[in-house]
Amino acid sequence: MSEEPKVDRLIDARNTFCPGPLMELIRAIREAKVGEIIGVLSSDTGSKRDIPLWVSKTGHKLIGIYEKKGYAEIVVQKMR
Amino acid sequence: MGKNIIIVGGGPAGTIAANSLAKKLKKEEASITVIDKTGKHVYEPGLLYLTFGEQDPKDIVRNERDILNKKVSLIVDEATKIDTKREIVELKRGDKLHYDYLIIATGARLCPEEVPGMKEGAYHFYNVDEALKLKDALNKFDKGKIVIGVGGVPYKCPPAPAEIACFLDYKLRRKRIRDKVEIHYLSPLPRIFPIESIDPIVKEIFDKEEIKYTTFFNVESVDPERKEVKSLEGETIGYDLLILIPPHKGSKVIEDSLLGDRGGWVPTDRYTLKVKGYDNVYAIGDATDLPISKSGAAAHYEAKVVANNIASEIKGNESLDKYNGKVVCICDSGNKAIYLKFDYDHPPKSTRPRWIYRLLKLTFNKLYWHTVAKARFL
Repeated sequence: MSEEPKVDRLIDARNTFCPGPLMELIRAIREAKVGEIIGVLSSDTGSKRDIPLWVSKTGHKLIGIYEKKGYAEIVVQKMR
Repeated sequence: MGKNIIIVGGGPAGTIAANSLAKKLKKEEASITVIDKTGKHVYEPGLLYLTFGEQDPKDIVRNERDILNKKVSLIVDEATKIDTKREIVELKRGDKLHYDYLIIATGARLCPEEVPGMKEGAYHFYNVDEALKLKDALNKFDKGKIVIGVGGVPYKCPPAPAEIACFLDYKLRRKRIRDKVEIHYLSPLPRIFPIESIDPIVKEIFDKEEIKYTTFFNVESVDPERKEVKSLEGETIGYDLLILIPPHKGSKVIEDSLLGDRGGWVPTDRYTLKVKGYDNVYAIGDATDLPISKSGAAAHYEAKVVANNIASEIKGNESLDKYNGKVVCICDSGNKAIYLKFDYDHPPKSTRPRWIYRLLKLTFNKLYWHTVAKARFL
């Protein structure tokens, strides 16, 4: 696995169900400057499907999904 | 001499914390003061019922003084600055109040101006005035397309837009004009309902009642002249009447005191509810940056934890509570409701809509003032 990128903002959405990790990422992307990198920690397996889908639909960049013990760190860059 | 406990904000979080503290601490142990800008307490779950004429403003707005325990002082004024170095809260009228313990319960601020065209082109129901305007507009609406969307995240009560879509469907059927009105729900997520395990149940209702929906639609702007709403994802949808949840930000005093993140939300420890970097400053309710639902239920359980811990500390006890992320939520679709309960360790379980849960919610709407708000029983 490639080296994990340094994030500008890390959101810990582990073990939260409503509104959920994707909504937290949408919030962070809306607040971020173009080029900034955001990491979301999620224990919800659905995030690994939903987040890349939203990221590709909105033209941002999925940098990677990094598996940890019991959760994943999903890293996204704001592109526009 | 007793400790000074200052609570900024007299919504559910601040009020429940103040009343719980008043029950736990003697007068000589602490003086408890709530600072609130309006002196009015709004029971916000009632705004949906206000929109559909099931409740009146008098049912959902009361004087904060009438709810607070007599041991709690109320100052009706705006907190303009929180100085955590000097442990002082400054008020608009010029007073400066010293605190030993501070509870930030400043809630969320509605910012419809953040979505271009929203003020001119859309309705919402997130305060009493706007809910009454929407009520009038819906009463006059007899044919066309009603679109419901989300103007920004986070927002209070994540299920609320799906809830109003179902409520609207039920009310239009009762008026026998449902066949003349199209309801179209725009979800910011890849599904209708925020909670994945509950989504199939809500989808079943939407499909059965012919409520249209578009997923991955995060509203970017409204064109009031063309009557169109555009998404971050690049789609455009037309409407005759638009209901949009306004973007929310943290309170101005948080921004002005440089205590918030970019959205003005206070960085808060998810278990202790202490503001990060401080031992005697807590944040509860909608004001926090916690990735949990901004709801009265979360505010209620958080307020109890913080009140327990501050009272224990003042009394010299060592046992401290932790907030476990508990949220209880009853989503009302107009004739039935879904009951949800979850916390950090227990995901919400799938449940069927039942009329009994709706009855529970309607009962709770009335009991709130005498139970939860006064820190009694629950």
